Amino acid sequence: MLSAGEFRDPARRPPKTRLGLTINGEACEVLVPVHKTLLEVLREDLGLTGTKHGCELGECGTCTVLVDGVPVLSCLALPVELPGRAITTVEGMARAGELHPLQEAFAELGAAQCGYCTPGILLTAQALLDEMPSPTRQQIKDALAGNLCRCTGYTKILDAVELAALRSGARR
Amino acid sequence: MSEAKHDFALIGRPLPKVDAWAKVTGETRYADDLVLPRMAHAKLLRSPHPHARIRRIDTTRARALPGVFAVITGQDLPPVKFGILPVSQDEEALCRDRVRMVGDAVAAVAAIDEETAEQATELIDVDYEVLPALMSIEDSLAHPEVRIHEYGDGPNVHKVVGLQFGDVEAALAGADLVREDVFFYEGNTHLPMEQHAAVAQWGADGKLTLWSSTQTPHYVHRLLAKILDVPAAHIRVIATPVGGGFGGKLDPFAHEIAACKLSQLTGRPVKITLTREEVFYVHRGRHPVLMWMKTGFTRTGDITGCHLKTWLDGGAYGSYGVASVFYTGVVNPVTYKIPAYRFEGARIFTNKPPCGPKRGHGTPQPRFALECQLDKAAEQLGLDPAEMRRRIVAEPFTKTANHLTITTIGLEECIDKVVDASGWRGKWRGWGGGGTSRERGGLEGTGTAGARKRGIGLACSAYMTGAGTAIYWNSMPHSGVVLRADRSGGVAILCGATDIGQGSDSILAYLPAEILGLLPKDVHVHPADTTLTPVDLGSYSSRVTLMCGMAAIQAAERLKRVIAEAVAQKLGVAPDQLVFRERKVGVPDDWDKALPFATAVELGEARHGVLAFPGSYAPPRRAGKYKGGGVGPSPCYSYSACVVELTVDEDTGEIDLHDVWIAHDVGRALNPLLVEGQVEGSVYMGIGEALMEAQVFRKGLHKQPSMLEYKSPTTLETPEIHTILVETDDPEGPFGAKEAGQGPLLPVIPAIVNAVYDAIGVRIDEIPVAPEKILKGLELKRKGQPPRVGPERIPLFTFKAPIVVESAFGQPADAVARRPFADENER
Repeated sequence: MLSAGEFRDPARRPPKTRLGLTINGEACEVLVPVHKTLLEVLREDLGLTGTKHGCELGECGTCTVLVDGVPVLSCLALPVELPGRAITTVEGMARAGELHPLQEAFAELGAAQCGYCTPGILLTAQALLDEMPSPTRQQIKDALAGNLCRCTGYTKILDAVELAALRSGARR
Repeated sequence: MSEAKHDFALIGRPLPKVDAWAKVTGETRYADDLVLPRMAHAKLLRSPHPHARIRRIDTTRARALPGVFAVITGQDLPPVKFGILPVSQDEEALCRDRVRMVGDAVAAVAAIDEETAEQATELIDVDYEVLPALMSIEDSLAHPEVRIHEYGDGPNVHKVVGLQFGDVEAALAGADLVREDVFFYEGNTHLPMEQHAAVAQWGADGKLTLWSSTQTPHYVHRLLAKILDVPAAHIRVIATPVGGGFGGKLDPFAHEIAACKLSQLTGRPVKITLTREEVFYVHRGRHPVLMWMKTGFTRTGDITGCHLKTWLDGGAYGSYGVASVFYTGVVNPVTYKIPAYRFEGARIFTNKPPCGPKRGHGTPQPRFALECQLDKAAEQLGLDPAEMRRRIVAEPFTKTANHLTITTIGLEECIDKVVDASGWRGKWRGWGGGGTSRERGGLEGTGTAGARKRGIGLACSAYMTGAGTAIYWNSMPHSGVVLRADRSGGVAILCGATDIGQGSDSILAYLPAEILGLLPKDVHVHPADTTLTPVDLGSYSSRVTLMCGMAAIQAAERLKRVIAEAVAQKLGVAPDQLVFRERKVGVPDDWDKALPFATAVELGEARHGVLAFPGSYAPPRRAGKYKGGGVGPSPCYSYSACVVELTVDEDTGEIDLHDVWIAHDVGRALNPLLVEGQVEGSVYMGIGEALMEAQVFRKGLHKQPSMLEYKSPTTLETPEIHTILVETDDPEGPFGAKEAGQGPLLPVIPAIVNAVYDAIGVRIDEIPVAPEKILKGLELKRKGQPPRVGPERIPLFTFKAPIVVESAFGQPADAVARRPFADENER
């Protein structure tokens, strides 16, 4: 096994691995070192910069994406473990040019101020609504407790998730 | 004024922000999202010591690493020091001889990728001679032999301020009650979700472009010219959308400067993105401030005079610190009638990351002191603290003791609104947990030890709508726009304002759209770009909506006039008969003949030539005629009142916030949705500061430089926030608007502390109100000692004699404020 120092030596770095990933319903192939995180592969190798980073330590929720519909911190996930899994990023929320009800509601109610935490929160909320179409405000708070936002005081975010749930309910 | 609202097509409507769709789809490109061909990645090597001399830096091993393009140290940069304020030029991008804090940058690397750059920094050998570290105000004052800087107002004393307005001693002597209290407000940091990032490209033509997540591209532009010794005309700074600023992206930073230099040396674009840990070192956040406040009151609660002393722990560099010292004293008098006022402040250097402007810049600390002291005085005088405040609200259109001109004040209405909405009268002192005069009862508990005690507290505040003077002395506009229209029917607005999430791009679209009868979507807002957009000083001091807004209105009116003249000629009517609405221009009574806006522009372009109109704004010149009179004046002030209801767990010391009611006098809500968002965000940030956030150090090291350890409120700690907007239609603001982004933070902190007292009868004179402080207070109470937790002493420090100025209290405001660059017909 490589020591940390050796691992950092470019000449001793592990070889790159070819991986097939399914992202937003599209199959893609990347050639990356095995230690590269999903966050890095999305942003740097696939140009999906909608996924943001706030700490790269799994503490802030900013980089949240969905893996098989479940919120995952992409800064802690390794693509090498994810072939065949359905990965959803914010770029995959809109379908055929139509925004997801959450995106509509966030835009309408001013739930995105600086917008930097927004992708992670939208995806976490999408996972919640997929599992629980009519959550209470407390259930929304519980679901989003791992996503930090410094701009909004969360108020408009909670309102927007409620509005999206209401509209989706009406549509069903 | 509320009737007038109906005359607007867009103003006052809860419209989505113009950038909302880009932000909910991931389209918005922040600085770290930028990728340029051949781009290199950079990293900084930072000091692990709080204070050390640099004996030698050897970069040989780093340069030899494959994939490394360049390694630089301070020797590779022009030997100039810089700082955001002309009076505090004390920073180096890469320290040459000495580091003054953990996190000071000493070298930078550009490499093929981030990993290689990081590895190279570890191969740089720095020989440090460790020096004694001064980690507190007391340390720094006690060790004048250890000098952090050679300049300042004394050993380790950056700046001392002393101002007196009126005879404060006599005012205090004539009071029925004089209170003397000591308070401490711990430092905290902005914690924007986006780490600072920048991309520099020094072109082969010798011109430099910097994309950066900065709140102030103009100041960065100016300072880069000085630091890099390149003409400003050859530097272009483009502000990328900022992923949260709150004041943390208002200085020029080492990483920006290093990226520029590395780009020059490598001939490649260079990107640098800070890690979260580095963001804690960059800091420039809330100053820790120790405060002593002595205030005289009459029996009925009038303030006779106030004397405030503040000591700021400034950290290792000047930053905005000189302004910060003033702000701990000068804004308090715009809230209540204070006939005589004395303020003394000192900013002390320590070996910690520099403090600077954070939302509320220098004013949350003295606001906390004043509002808690008022609560104590009200109790002693047997007054309802809401009623007492309402009675002493300052008079509109008057001057304060320290010569600040107040225009409109909606504070009485704000107090009434939160008192009514919260049910204050039925709740205050209603749960029986608090003051000594109360019966014990308790709602959720039964008054026994260990009960959960409910309480309610109130506080008020005021804040500036833009600093009345620029950071560097000049007579030019503070904000400028160019508005252009062409035959396409599209309108573009160019302005150096930076959208940091507060919605300035939206305001820049709404105002011209309102005047020209368009929709916000029809107005293209160009991002701040120092080569293309007129100067705006930056997103700070709550200045953008007012100053850019006024400039945008001026430009739109000028464009409208030219188009109207051309259309009037075509339709054979007088220009003033024409209205612009629904993307048409015509006479209301003959609307069928109204021309489409694009046609109207065509006529205007044919008659006038290119349609591009400037708008300029500078605040009315109202600085007090005394040294320091330039800090504090603002075109107008916003006002807020806040009530907090909470429960204190007497077993654990934990606080549960239930509801926050906040009423904010915003002058006019140009878009109530965005104003509410600013108020809610301010309340949230105030809650964080009141209960948990602290930038603190142990043995020279940051105690918690991560988002997990640095506690900030999540959805679970943030209560329901009930926002009430009050409109006063201020004559200084665009369509009457005042600020909303900072002021509403201020009353939240003292309202929480006052509610804690109402709940358990313990005075916490120190922020944050951590559970251990609650428990300590309860313990004191049980022992029959004064139930107060807070600082016990003030530093041994002699202020020099203050500058004595006559109090301007109660003098009428100038009837017509002289505003430079205003058109004749502007209101």
